[in-house]
Amino acid sequence: MSGFLGFLIDGAMYAAWLFLIAVGLTLIFGVMGILNMAHGSFYAFGAYTAAMAVGVWLGTGRAPLVSYLVLIVAGIVAGVVLGALVDRGLLRFLRGREPTALLLVTYALFLILEDVIKLIWGVDPYVVSEPYALLGSFSIGPLSYPNYTLIIVLAAVLSGLALTWFLQFTRKGKMLRAVIHDAEMSQSVGIDVDRWFFITFVTGTVLACLAGALVAPTISVVPGMGVEVIVLMFAVVVIGGLGSIPGAAVGALLVGFVRSAAVHYWPEAELFSIYGVMALILVVRPKGLFAAPEPRKI
Amino acid sequence: MTLPLRALFLSLSVLALGGPASAQEAKPIKIGIVTFLSGAAAGPFGIPARNAAELFAAEANAGKLPAPYSTKGLGGRPVELVVIDEAGGTTKQVSEYRNLVEQQGVDLVAGYISSGDCLAVAPVAEELKKITLLFDCGTPRIFEDTNYTYVFRPVGHAVMDNVGAALYAADTKPNLKKYAGINQNYAWGQDSWHDFEFAFKALKPDAQLATSQMPKLGAGQYNAEISAILSSGAEIVHSSFWGGDLEALILQGAPRNLFKNATVILTAGETATHRQAGQLPDGTIIGARGPNGVFAPDNPHNTWFRHSFEAKYKAAPSYPAYHMIQTLLAAKAAYEKAQGGDAAKVPSGDEVAEALTGLTFEGPSGPVKMNLGKGHQATQEVVYGTAKTESGKLTIVDVRRYPAEKVNPPEGVKAEDWIKKGLKTQ
Amino acid sequence: MTEHRFLVLIAVCAVALLAGGWLLPSWSFVINVAIAKAIAVLGLVLLMRAGLVSFGQALFYCIGGYTAGVLATNYKISEALIVVPLAGFLAGVVGFLLGFLMRRYRDIFFAMLSLAFSMILFGVLVKSADFGGTDGFNITAPTLFGMRITGQARFFGYAFAVVLLALSVIAAWRFTRTPIGMIADAIRENEIRVEYLGVSATRSIHVLYTLAALLAGIGGALNALTVGHVDPEMAFWTTSGEFVVIAVLGGAASLVTPIAAALILEVIRTFAYQYAPNAWQLVLGVVTLALIVFLPTGFAGLLRRRREVSNRSAADAVN
Repeated sequence: MSGFLGFLIDGAMYAAWLFLIAVGLTLIFGVMGILNMAHGSFYAFGAYTAAMAVGVWLGTGRAPLVSYLVLIVAGIVAGVVLGALVDRGLLRFLRGREPTALLLVTYALFLILEDVIKLIWGVDPYVVSEPYALLGSFSIGPLSYPNYTLIIVLAAVLSGLALTWFLQFTRKGKMLRAVIHDAEMSQSVGIDVDRWFFITFVTGTVLACLAGALVAPTISVVPGMGVEVIVLMFAVVVIGGLGSIPGAAVGALLVGFVRSAAVHYWPEAELFSIYGVMALILVVRPKGLFAAPEPRKI
Repeated sequence: MTLPLRALFLSLSVLALGGPASAQEAKPIKIGIVTFLSGAAAGPFGIPARNAAELFAAEANAGKLPAPYSTKGLGGRPVELVVIDEAGGTTKQVSEYRNLVEQQGVDLVAGYISSGDCLAVAPVAEELKKITLLFDCGTPRIFEDTNYTYVFRPVGHAVMDNVGAALYAADTKPNLKKYAGINQNYAWGQDSWHDFEFAFKALKPDAQLATSQMPKLGAGQYNAEISAILSSGAEIVHSSFWGGDLEALILQGAPRNLFKNATVILTAGETATHRQAGQLPDGTIIGARGPNGVFAPDNPHNTWFRHSFEAKYKAAPSYPAYHMIQTLLAAKAAYEKAQGGDAAKVPSGDEVAEALTGLTFEGPSGPVKMNLGKGHQATQEVVYGTAKTESGKLTIVDVRRYPAEKVNPPEGVKAEDWIKKGLKTQ
Repeated sequence: MTEHRFLVLIAVCAVALLAGGWLLPSWSFVINVAIAKAIAVLGLVLLMRAGLVSFGQALFYCIGGYTAGVLATNYKISEALIVVPLAGFLAGVVGFLLGFLMRRYRDIFFAMLSLAFSMILFGVLVKSADFGGTDGFNITAPTLFGMRITGQARFFGYAFAVVLLALSVIAAWRFTRTPIGMIADAIRENEIRVEYLGVSATRSIHVLYTLAALLAGIGGALNALTVGHVDPEMAFWTTSGEFVVIAVLGGAASLVTPIAAALILEVIRTFAYQYAPNAWQLVLGVVTLALIVFLPTGFAGLLRRRREVSNRSAADAVN
């Protein structure tokens, strides 16, 4: 019984983490048509910034509980700075290029960021584990989980709800949906599309950096942490349908539980199970589960 | 004689006179060092090892090593290190090994932490006929499956670590029966788990397996595996995790009471005592892959090593550093043995290889005998202890030493067979 | 360029490579590895002409490599003349089967699906103890015509690689002169019109995909024999990414410039790894970025522009 409970809880936690990283990716694609291969590096960037910030904060001996705030602020600041730099400094000049060209641009960005991270923070692992253990833990039978992991779940749920509410129920959200639907038409009715692209990209980057920041206390922050994550992100986003936020949630849940099931019941399948699910879904629904039908221009 | 001709004659004679004098200026010996300089393994492993190598080069070239290593450099030749990164995967390492030998022209290679890299590089070393000293990887397979002329491992391998772990567990916790494991899914982790499991079952026939988790090397996130172990009711958990993975395991396992609900054995846990001293829970059984670090004996080599390492790097040397220094001392001892006292002689690769085979030497970890794998594999005693934090400081208590013959198979016997037959010593 | 001139060009390059490998034996290993990648990139370039960027060529590269490994280790067949074509053939078969699925996808989804399949293989290999898991396994003593090609006799292996490369380039070039080869450009420009003209775009893509798989398999086998080791990293998505970077640098318009790009890149990487191991990805990324922004057609585009400038009145067919 505790094995099944473990599978459920682990699956849910993993899904929350996946959603947090993947939702930014799907947002950027939905609005701008860019599949951001550097999203994993953004995630790593956020983790490093947060780890460094928390390390500095705790080093000054001040209230450890505030380190959570430091974590979140660090993630957001990292995201804003990075996102603004990349969009204003690079992507702005490439609006309207083919998706595959943009894919290669983000791939180049990924290569660059991987080394920039090493150059800024060195190659040593960063370990800031205090926030992880500070809040205590909760137990279900023989299983105990730190309460910190609930923060990640909370963050995932909040961001999902916030984005959905924004898109569905606010005026600005409607404008954004118009841009998603047809950027050219939106421009011609007076919506500042370029500004929306900028806001979207920064938001997506902030979400990735925040995910990295929140995860940092639970791992050893090392170079290359972005590389493994990218493929998982793609799996989630492609399963759910690029550009769909509910899709990303469903994709995250699917991948999360499949992986948890693999680890608990069939460990040999752990790695390929995720890509297997992704391939399977793509075969059945070529554009993902929740993708909107697209008109084809002849 | 015309002026130009005289100038030519003069310069030629200067060169001729300078000739023999410059021959006394010995040609440097290039040693290729391969260890993790980036990634999760760098901090706890690769960097200490590299530091030890650089310390060796500096001190040896200055002639500051204690006897019998007091000759400068290697047999009078100054040591020059070429350090490369072991990261990037096994195939990349094979390519880089070839580059090291062919492009950079090193005289010998000392390196390799990852068992996968060792297994891959050894045949290439043999092909290129380059003396290669494996300084840290632990898989016993290297000399059990194949015979090598140019490949050596002057440190103990995983069998002694895991047999020692089983012995220590059986000695100190005789009532615990349900065992589990979390090991990295590659040669080192697979072999470690396999050796521990069979040794433990040989010592305690009533032992029961709870679960065996084998996550990928470098996975970094072990929450699901920890859940599986917690819910399996294991009393003893064996792990050969090292480097960043070990740090992540401690980080993620400690707050979830993994170390409280079970007795965890970390066969390579000594590095964690340096970097994560504050987090290692009491009762954790710690191994140091031999008499290294806090388990090292009190001899002149250890005194010199600890003193100079701490002076230069402001930190105590951990076992990867011990392994590296031991390996380089083996190289020095063999090289000088091959010289046979003649400081001007440049021994060939074959002569050095012959000197290394079956060598006995002393290092900061005590005496080392190359008496396995047809003289290519070293054996040492293995030491285990239990972690205990007293007044804020991490100490190791209940230290037990197991002599080399008790934890290593006899020559010619495969480790697996020896363990299955109940660890009979000769 | 006429066939005659092209063959002469290839022959000259091959001789140059052979001479280089003979005179500078310490570089022959690096060039040999680069040649293996170049052959894989050749296949990718054929696909990219049809507008499809595959981020999954590593799948076939790995299949080729592991086939070579299994043949050498389990079946004791290490004769390069048997192993390499067989590995290529097997990869081609897998490509053919997978092609039924892949040929329906375009753009990002093609890229993602190809990536997914190569990662599936990666996942399977990592967890399989029989194939050595993440360690992979060694391939010892490959032979050519029964003679050893490693160690002292390394030049023979190198020569074999150069000859293989030359043959592959010639074959690929001939292919681009066939109807299906020529339709690739048209598919990239406007697929629907191609369909309206009565040509099946999906079937052409299927052929291209199979061919690319075959070439990648040959490259993988060659790499395996040269390095003497295979591991699951061969199927990881960054390996595919590397092929894509080389193809973009070389430019998909030409078959020769990607080869040059592969060689140059491998040489640069060898140097960079020794002197600046933490910065060479940065350099690669910046160069790629610059190319995409300013020179989207790579070296090939540069050459074409110069040629067009000097051949203003020429009626030659496009290279």
